[in-house]
Amino acid sequence: MTGYKVLVVEDSPTMRQLIVFALKRIRGFQIFEANDGVDGLKKLSAEKFDLILTDINMPIMDGLKLVSMVRNDPNYKETPIIVITTEGATEDRERALALGADEYITKPIQTMKILETVRKLMGI
Amino acid sequence: MSHHDEENDVAGRADEFLQVFKKGAEFTQDLLRENERLRFRVVKLEESLKEKGYDVASEAPETLELKKKIAALEQEKAEIMGQIKQVEEENQNFANRYVEIEEENNMLANLYIASYQLHSTLDFKEVLQIILEIAINLIGSEEFGVLLLDEKTNRLEPVASEGIETSKLPSIAIGQGIIGEAVKTGENYFISSMAGYERDFEKPLVCIPLKIKEHVIGVIVIYKLLTQKNEFTNVDYELFTLLAGHAATAVFSSRMYSDSERKLSTIQGFIDLLTK
Repeated sequence: MTGYKVLVVEDSPTMRQLIVFALKRIRGFQIFEANDGVDGLKKLSAEKFDLILTDINMPIMDGLKLVSMVRNDPNYKETPIIVITTEGATEDRERALALGADEYITKPIQTMKILETVRKLMGI
Repeated sequence: MSHHDEENDVAGRADEFLQVFKKGAEFTQDLLRENERLRFRVVKLEESLKEKGYDVASEAPETLELKKKIAALEQEKAEIMGQIKQVEEENQNFANRYVEIEEENNMLANLYIASYQLHSTLDFKEVLQIILEIAINLIGSEEFGVLLLDEKTNRLEPVASEGIETSKLPSIAIGQGIIGEAVKTGENYFISSMAGYERDFEKPLVCIPLKIKEHVIGVIVIYKLLTQKNEFTNVDYELFTLLAGHAATAVFSSRMYSDSERKLSTIQGFIDLLTK
């Protein structure tokens, strides 16, 4: 298993590092980082990613807008998207999933759950 | 009834009894003959089996050998089943231990990232921002604040917060209330039960004194956790203590650095003024 490109979109550098550090434990992942939705879209147009992990509450462009835009892009119709957020309400989860997110994980960080979800979605 | 009639009646009964007795004797004779005939048949069959090479008195050696093997295999099977059960139990223990180690590993990794982030800058405001990020993302706090000790007034003053305005947080004297007491003793404070808790700025859910060795420089006070975070786990308690130490040194060194930078700038300005 080699060459999976993963994009982590998160405005908090600490949380971003926590996610990146966790994902590095999966062999063959090439991880890219973005500070917000707009930065994420730029990176998504520059590279073809196999997996996207995004926060919701971010400046400039939030995660839900990003999910919606990614799903409208023919290149990313099938790409797994995982939302990792502080928003724990059921309606937030349903909204994210309705917009096209594949999984919804709440903070505080749950490393094992993130890794399990990534492995499940990527079939590895 | 006359004496003669009585005699006739007794004779009739005796005759009846004799008839019954004779029938019984005949039946017994029949049984004895049948028994004899069967015994004879058994002897004949035994002879016949002996002629064919079978030992009717004891089981054949092959049978005995097979029975022994069966018994040995049964015992072996029972032992193997016991071993399988033991291995399964060990396997379960290993699986449980693996999960525990994974959790510890994750906690250590998270702690490493958190401390790395805390010590990645000497900018005081950045350090405070990182403390806030850690409290949200690692601990799951929604409403909380950071109070630092003002050495001149010996009071704890709010310097940063999340979910509430910093200005609303109280200024606390050392030893005053729950927060002041936590700072005075240097011991973490956790409310005994979160059920029915209503936010009170002087009575938080959690107080984590920021300590450098025994010297307390401030405190993190938590008033509300994220909706999905119902309680603290054992990992959280360890995380609080370890983070408090790292956060304290990061705050202390960044504040020292900011102060020295400011003083240096003042002195440089003064020197420039003198040398111009």
